[in-house]
Amino acid sequence: MATKTFSVAKLPGFTTTAVLVFIALYLPIFTLVAYSFNASQSVAVWGGFSLDWYAKAWNNDQVKDATMRSLIIAVSAAVMSTAVATMAALGTTRRKAFKGQTFIYVMINQPLMVPEIVTAVSLLIFFGMIKQATGIQGIGYVIFAHAAFCIPFAYLPIRARLEGMDLTLETAAADLYASPWQIFRHVTLPLLLPGVIAGAMLAFVISLDDVVITEFVKSGGQDTLPTYMLGQMRRQLTPEINAISSMLLALTVVLLTAFFLLTRKND
Amino acid sequence: MSAAEKAQAAQSTRNGWLLSTPALVILTLFAVGPLMIVAVYSFLAPGQYGNVEWQFSLDGWRGILWTKDIFDDTYGLADANVTIFWRSIRLSVLTTLLTFAVGFPTAWFIATRPAKSRALWLFLITIPFWTNLLIRTYAINEVIRNEGLLNTLLLKLGVISAPIQLLYTDTAVFIGMAYVYLPLMVLPLFAAIDRFDMKLLEAAYDLYASRMQVLRRVILPIVKPGIIAGSILVFVPSLGAYVTPRVLGGGKQMMIGNFIDLQFGQGRNWPLGAALSLTLLVIVTAALLIYVKYANRDTAHGH
Amino acid sequence: MLRPRVPAAQYDQNQRERVTLSQTNAVEARNAVKAFGEGDNSVRALNDVSVEIRKGEFFTLLGPSGCGKTTLLRLIAGFEMPTSGTILLDGQDITYLPPNKRPVNTVFQSYALFPHLTVAQNVGFGLQMQGRPAAEVKETTARMLALVKLESMANRKTSQLSGGQQQRVALARALAPQPKVLLLDEPLSALDLKLRKEMQIELKRLQTETGITFVFVTHDQEEALTMSDRVGVMSAGKLQQVGAPKDIYTRPVNRFVASFIGETNFLSATAEPGAARLATGAVVEMPGLARSGPVTVTVRPEQVRLVDASEPGAIAATVKTLVYFGTDTHCYLALQDGSELVARLQSPATGEVGLQQGQQVGVRFTPGAAQIVED
Repeated sequence: MATKTFSVAKLPGFTTTAVLVFIALYLPIFTLVAYSFNASQSVAVWGGFSLDWYAKAWNNDQVKDATMRSLIIAVSAAVMSTAVATMAALGTTRRKAFKGQTFIYVMINQPLMVPEIVTAVSLLIFFGMIKQATGIQGIGYVIFAHAAFCIPFAYLPIRARLEGMDLTLETAAADLYASPWQIFRHVTLPLLLPGVIAGAMLAFVISLDDVVITEFVKSGGQDTLPTYMLGQMRRQLTPEINAISSMLLALTVVLLTAFFLLTRKND
Repeated sequence: MSAAEKAQAAQSTRNGWLLSTPALVILTLFAVGPLMIVAVYSFLAPGQYGNVEWQFSLDGWRGILWTKDIFDDTYGLADANVTIFWRSIRLSVLTTLLTFAVGFPTAWFIATRPAKSRALWLFLITIPFWTNLLIRTYAINEVIRNEGLLNTLLLKLGVISAPIQLLYTDTAVFIGMAYVYLPLMVLPLFAAIDRFDMKLLEAAYDLYASRMQVLRRVILPIVKPGIIAGSILVFVPSLGAYVTPRVLGGGKQMMIGNFIDLQFGQGRNWPLGAALSLTLLVIVTAALLIYVKYANRDTAHGH
Repeated sequence: MLRPRVPAAQYDQNQRERVTLSQTNAVEARNAVKAFGEGDNSVRALNDVSVEIRKGEFFTLLGPSGCGKTTLLRLIAGFEMPTSGTILLDGQDITYLPPNKRPVNTVFQSYALFPHLTVAQNVGFGLQMQGRPAAEVKETTARMLALVKLESMANRKTSQLSGGQQQRVALARALAPQPKVLLLDEPLSALDLKLRKEMQIELKRLQTETGITFVFVTHDQEEALTMSDRVGVMSAGKLQQVGAPKDIYTRPVNRFVASFIGETNFLSATAEPGAARLATGAVVEMPGLARSGPVTVTVRPEQVRLVDASEPGAIAATVKTLVYFGTDTHCYLALQDGSELVARLQSPATGEVGLQQGQQVGVRFTPGAAQIVED
């Protein structure tokens, strides 16, 4: 008789399901990447390996333009949201619970709780009013909109870092004659830095990925890479979209890997 | 408290507020404040070329489910709207169920890996989570469209003789949402299972429980907070989905999100769009409140 | 010896003062009160504590967790402000001075070494914050590292050090700015037994070499007894007794001090002139005892001797249980009134103390060993 070792943690069919899930999760992504190397004009037929679509995307002025705009927005939004999120995290952690703290938490996490489409619509109306009243146009609207919804993403890792930080380190610094500013400069900030970088990276990725809010807030000619791609998907699909997607995907993976390396070692 | 202690506490509170102020200003201006304007807009009359007329009207709210008959001015149920609501709710529930059905075994699988490889499996779940939603939706498009991977494969195998039209159907939207939101189910489930004490399984088996009984009577009740968290995290964005139904539903299989979009575009009915947005917000908030209630009750019992 | 009913701290001053009055104290707490929380929920971690710590002494605050010893230390360091009362350093009121302005340094229980700095940078941190010239920082850091024998570790990260080495870095860091008082908050509690013993000797050496006043907080009575010049025993936010280790051990003022430091027996008795009559009727001679009424007598197990049951004047007892501890054997006895008494007997070479359960024996106390304690 065949004996199978009894493992308590094993449940029937679970491993098979999990493996299938991982395949299902990655197969479409691999397909997408694979077709970006397709020499054929259509996304449907495999016509041999080629880097043409990358070259084409690279030389496409609209793509270049949208990419630059995406990067400008993402960097600005990440810097802004990380700066204010760092301050807010310093304000809301490591002190006795104070009146209004819950209110601040709710405010900061608000963008996580409201469906994107609702925020998008509300900003469309609000910015429409401002534009009508002042006549001011420009990319600033998109940047501020992104900065706002990036705040909770920047805030969470910074706060986690602060909460994991040993308070006695700052007490020790005070004991060793450091003034409050010196404590911040020589102890708090260096220890917080990985959290700040992680927060900025998350904010950057979130801003770079946004479609819905940008789609509603942008004016004509202010396409970001995702809204450009969304627009293209209504038209004839060519593997150029796959090439752009693959490059964006690669950027995300690189940033994520860096993020995990930064947050994993918490000492 | 002595005066000095009081002064110190007051200073701490003041600093807390001061440091939070810049974030609060940005959020008030670009997140919370505009929602108030939406609320106001929902009570106005639509402008002829979009935007609004500054005149009080309940038509926006009425228009969510009812439509005015052109001839006798009576209100009747708007079938198209009902269809959209029903589709949104049905697809969101189905998405939640499917992601749970496949997400739970996946989370369990990750949580029971040796510590070293666990981080890698978890990372593999996280990558899609942070990947652009549009790209992932497009990736699904690559698989299910008529000339896509799935149909090509089935044709080659001789299972079907003509491609199945999946794209631009409810099923396509459903598959797409399950695909893009799956990590949101797996991650909280993993967190709950990771905290689960595997010794309890030994205890249960020791007390004559079968595998099914262990699953139903021990594992599921204990990881329930994770199940609720995952369900909320999937259900909420599914209900408000915009990109996935737009790309995979082809503009025909609309969900609430696309319906809202329509009011601000061709529909030219901003008040209705505003009212729909608030309705969506209320449903989502209700779901979140249920979650908070459950989560609090659980911590009150558990620890 | 009769003990007058006076507060412990005051008693200490009146009876045991060996220092001339002209010398100022290194640290002094006057009527320090520290309450946490507000209104009905407020808890007094320190309840009117006054203590004087002399210059150059190794002073230990000893007590169980939650007795207020760490709170008192934090008041001296400036990490907390008292609800009322005063803290003096060198006779100067420093009650509300922030910690970075006090010439007092702390060795933290968790060491609190800066993880982003090297060993040398940690040690030099205080001097740097004071804005001392780089050359001086470098020189002092080197000297301090030599003092704690960690010269070779100067450029390591603190996470690469063992627990004992981290402890030394923490010490060097706190000593580097040459504080007037060094505060040590249970610094040895994270170390294993062997390392702890080594560090006890090391600490004592450092204190002697530097001549700095040490205020040491611990819940370990053995640590307190072996290292300190004087010990302050705390319980429930109050200072129970202050004195040299020997005095604290041999003449505890109350039941708490007697039982917290070492093991002891308590017997209820009635005071008579020159003696205490136990509940069994047996009389324990206590020359100089001049009070009457019910009292509690305490006697350490090692001061209890077993004699022949027939010996005149011996207290009759029955052997209940014998527990072998290696170097000695604990003999649990029952007196005639049912009260219990423990005797600690040195184990003979064979390990057999020659007693049997149920055996009738006589009990005698070493003269002068029995003390009256307040409840």
